[in-house]
Amino acid sequence: MRRPLRPLARILEARAKGENPDTIERENLRARHEAERDRLRAQAEGRLLVLAVFFLCGFALIGLRMGHLAGSEAEEPRAATTTAKILAARADIVDRKGRILATNFTTHSLYAQPPQMIDKERAARELARIFPDLDADELHADFTGKRKFLWIKRRISPEQQQAVHDIGDPGLRFGPREMRLYPNGKLAAHVLGGARFGREGVRSAEVVGQAGVEKQFDTELRDPARAREPLRLSLDLTVQAAVERVLAGGMRLMNAKAASAILMDVETGEVVSLVSLPDFDPNERPTGGPKDDRSPLFNHAVQGVYELGSTFKIFTAAQALEEELVTPSTIMDTEGPMTWGRFRIRDFRDYGDEMSVEDVIVKSSNIGTARMALMIGGERQQAFFKRLGLFETTALEMPEAGTARPLLPPRWSEIVTMTASYGHGISASPMHLAAAYATVVNGGRKVEPTLLVRHTSAPGERVISEQTSLALRQMMRQVVVRGTASFGEVPGYAVGGKTGTADKPDPQGGYHDDKVIATFASIFPAHDPKYVLVVTLDEPEETSGEEPRRTAGWTAVPVGAEIIRRAAPLLGLPPEIEDGATVGVTLASN
Amino acid sequence: MRALFYITSLVAVLGLAIWAYQENYRTQASLREVERLSAEIADLRETLSVLNAEWAYLNRPERLTELVDMNFDRLGLLPLRPDHFGRIDQVSFPAPEYLPVTRAWDVAGAGAGEEGQ
Repeated sequence: MRRPLRPLARILEARAKGENPDTIERENLRARHEAERDRLRAQAEGRLLVLAVFFLCGFALIGLRMGHLAGSEAEEPRAATTTAKILAARADIVDRKGRILATNFTTHSLYAQPPQMIDKERAARELARIFPDLDADELHADFTGKRKFLWIKRRISPEQQQAVHDIGDPGLRFGPREMRLYPNGKLAAHVLGGARFGREGVRSAEVVGQAGVEKQFDTELRDPARAREPLRLSLDLTVQAAVERVLAGGMRLMNAKAASAILMDVETGEVVSLVSLPDFDPNERPTGGPKDDRSPLFNHAVQGVYELGSTFKIFTAAQALEEELVTPSTIMDTEGPMTWGRFRIRDFRDYGDEMSVEDVIVKSSNIGTARMALMIGGERQQAFFKRLGLFETTALEMPEAGTARPLLPPRWSEIVTMTASYGHGISASPMHLAAAYATVVNGGRKVEPTLLVRHTSAPGERVISEQTSLALRQMMRQVVVRGTASFGEVPGYAVGGKTGTADKPDPQGGYHDDKVIATFASIFPAHDPKYVLVVTLDEPEETSGEEPRRTAGWTAVPVGAEIIRRAAPLLGLPPEIEDGATVGVTLASN
Repeated sequence: MRALFYITSLVAVLGLAIWAYQENYRTQASLREVERLSAEIADLRETLSVLNAEWAYLNRPERLTELVDMNFDRLGLLPLRPDHFGRIDQVSFPAPEYLPVTRAWDVAGAGAGEEGQ
């Protein structure tokens, strides 16, 4: 209800009194303005209040959110989740048929945080009871000392974990651990090598390869992208087990100090079995340097370089045949002893004044071989050995193979040419020998040894001709049929080979009379070689006779034959009726 | 007209907000489900690797050799030898199958038939 500015009653009254009626109007106008002002102020105050409430809420919200963000764990906003977590940090190693050689196993490590421990004495006592190798007093001293953190055990079994858990001390804690497990124990220990923990944290520890393929392929095995994809070796688990068993038995029977065996595919160079004895358990890899050849860590097949003796005669014969200096039936002068300066070259026995080249190999005549080497000459001999890979380290995928550099004489004089032709004065590892034998018997193409399955076998560089290779195979067969390796006969497998007995060098200079390295390098079946087997025995002694026999024919050959007898059926080779002997003679003459 | 426009936009905004809210929560739920499943896969993988390791451990050649030795009386297993290979022509033909004799008196002589009854 609006009040009029000039109410008639008051105007008339004022006029009657002679007052100015305009004052009334001004008075009323003022009152109206005041009322209006009060209303507007109230309205503005209300709006301010609402605004203040809004701002308060806004600030409170922001403040709360900030507080929440500051107080909570940082987390990235995400629109997608990660795919399957990587569990097995290190890839498995399997044999050629996919059987596990090395895998991972989750165990726990045990550590202590002494500040959080309640009853330190009891914990120490109980731990010593669970782990007999721990000492209660030492543990107690550790717990009560200044340390805030200490490892107690790197790996514990689930039973031990439960027992420790039952102690119930909050200061004893477990961390998960990926452990490398070699389920087959000692099998292929030298090939696999072993692994240890690298950098260690509470939550996890890295597993680092220590030797063998574990070290060689460490980066590949640890690559998370390839964790699901096992490393496939060329080894065959069953064959490896059989070879190991036979070789261990042979080593014991022959009273040898050490032994090694290499079984290799002649076409691809895949190593199907590689054994070095004595061996070790890679699950509990012993400490110590593998450089010492008495240590079980020493790989005699790959790391050890030896004078491999008469097995080298095959290479001399190969070169002489290849360069058409001789044929298998060429008659060589073998009248002994052969003298060169102050050196005398003798044969193990006097084989008469002349023999055919084939008989030189079959009977293993040093003199005959030395004469062939003289026909070839030192320079060409070196070039040939180089092409066979006998001057360089092998390409085998093991860190140990890179250290086994053949020992060569500093100067290749004429006497070196002669001795090297029958494997003296030059040292190589059995792996070198196996690869070189595979090369000369597979038709003459260079073979690089490998521990991985080769899907394709690209033929290597040609070293000798197909014909020479055939002639050599027949000679090697004759060595077994009527020569030094007569114990190597395995019915149905037409074994061919060459023996080698080399005196061991004495560290004081010269050679031992009664310590030898006996080697048998064999191929089977000789008419169509599939595999090369090199067996080496260190200081063997066969004591069934009146005096100890040390030659390879009595020691390494029977062991090699037994390995072939056991391994060949496992490799899927059925025995065959031999027809090579008659066919061979006609083909060999060139 | 303008009021109608305002109301429609408001309803649209509300509807979209509700939809976005629901989608957000469904996404979160799916993510949690995926996480749970991948944890389960990881668990199963671990179990699998443990079982594989155990299989390899139980089938290690050393143990198998021992078992073969222990059970030689019953199984008579020997290492594979060259003479264990056979050729297909060494396998004899199976004996011819005769019709089964179900009723003895059909085939037997008269005396046997009486006996059978």
